[in-house]
Amino acid sequence: MTEARAAEAATEAAVAAVFREEAGRLVAGLVRFLGDFDLAEELVQEALLSAVETWPGSGIPDNPAAWLTTTARRKAIDRLRRDSRYREKLVLLAGSPVPAASEPDDRLRLIFTCCHPALAREAQLALTLRAVCGLTTTQIARAFLATETAMAQRIVRAKRKIVEAGIPYRVPAREELTGRLREVLAVLYLLFNEGYLASGGPEPDRRDLSADAEWLASLLAGLLPEEPEVLGLLALMRLHLARAGSRFDAEGRLILLPDQDRSSWDQEAIAAAGRLIERAAGLGRPGPYQLQAAIAALHAEAPTFAETDWEEIVALYTLLLVHQPSPVVRLNRAIALRHLEGAEAALAEVDAVAAELDSYHLLHATRAQLLRDLRRAGEARTADEAALRLTQNPAEQALLRQRLLD
Amino acid sequence: MKYILLFCGSDERWDTIPEAERNATYEQIGAWWGKGTAAGKIVGGEELQPARTATTVRFQGAETVVTDGPFIEAKESVGGYALVDVADLDEALELAKGWPARGVVEVRPLVEHSGGM
Repeated sequence: MTEARAAEAATEAAVAAVFREEAGRLVAGLVRFLGDFDLAEELVQEALLSAVETWPGSGIPDNPAAWLTTTARRKAIDRLRRDSRYREKLVLLAGSPVPAASEPDDRLRLIFTCCHPALAREAQLALTLRAVCGLTTTQIARAFLATETAMAQRIVRAKRKIVEAGIPYRVPAREELTGRLREVLAVLYLLFNEGYLASGGPEPDRRDLSADAEWLASLLAGLLPEEPEVLGLLALMRLHLARAGSRFDAEGRLILLPDQDRSSWDQEAIAAAGRLIERAAGLGRPGPYQLQAAIAALHAEAPTFAETDWEEIVALYTLLLVHQPSPVVRLNRAIALRHLEGAEAALAEVDAVAAELDSYHLLHATRAQLLRDLRRAGEARTADEAALRLTQNPAEQALLRQRLLD
Repeated sequence: MKYILLFCGSDERWDTIPEAERNATYEQIGAWWGKGTAAGKIVGGEELQPARTATTVRFQGAETVVTDGPFIEAKESVGGYALVDVADLDEALELAKGWPARGVVEVRPLVEHSGGM
């Protein structure tokens, strides 16, 4: 990386951090003031775009929050002038100091609105990134490898649905909260995985969505400190991130868990995640994210691969299956079972879900590994070939090709 | 906001379930409807005759073509609707989730024409 490019990247990161901190507050404040989600979100996005254009040249202002607020407010006044329906608001907006500051729980409403189950999953993802994290449409399009036009359309459609279908702008009532929170957490985890799996790929300009997802989860944990599944998801993400650096070698090749350099793992982050899991457990409502975090913690805390507590991991997977009876969980349990009971027991479990997961590359890669353990080389090869056909991820492709050569 | 809840299901299933079960469902629907109406949320609605009674008129150029059956041949069809007047989508969804006959419920906002209709 050249020096100029490095400075540019540093500015970009600083701008991203400011946007994340301010965009959601601004949108939330303006929605409250204008009573119009669509318009509020649009105005903030315009303010962010102005910042993207001017900050790299002029430098980030001393008080970036005030700069963005003032810019959004000016744009709001411009827009409202053109529309007589807003005349009363205009008087207020022009006269009042800054209407855009909002209480933290306003961002909670924003998150629940963006992740409303009446919106398609991909719209939830895009809208959350834009309205809550302050990503521009260009950044979102690039992160999802979509065209900017397609992404802009997706966002416009989602916002139109919010307005036309009457999706409320509020935190769901107590009795609905668990179900609606599940939807929000699914969006955040999907975002995280989108970033986590894509990293190391050939796209250096792609925004790392796993950092945004972690930020969102930590915001949510602050806003809903009594919800153990939020803490569980946050711990899970942090445990993955603590080990992220050891997943690739210098050439970008994938390194699997047994061969990763454990000394490079962030021990402090791992310990902190462990405390989060304990705090969640103390709330007495176990759930799938807490269990996955506990499994990830056992992996992260093992001094060597050989010393991993497979018995406990298999037990946690068995419990996870009760909460989340999915074939993917059963496959993951089988992978752990290999180290506890051997390849034959694991293969029987894998074969039980083979039909359901036939199009999932990790099913075939796992089968291949177990078949090799059992010295059934021909079948192992066929399974590796099937896995190679099914994955699009370049690092995984390289690893499978190497296996087929060995 | 006004929404329409479109109750969809399989006519075949409805025709073949035991009479006692059908009557029990009608009773539950009656209770659901009564409660929603008393709360001022349900403001209208009807049950439809089965899809086999439907007739479709299609405009093709200058011609109109009349055919037997609903406009889309599907296993499930609209069997009735309720018109509801509630605060927002969440409230409409809450009503839909309580629909006793199960099957599928499509929730659609109505176009609010300015000036009233």
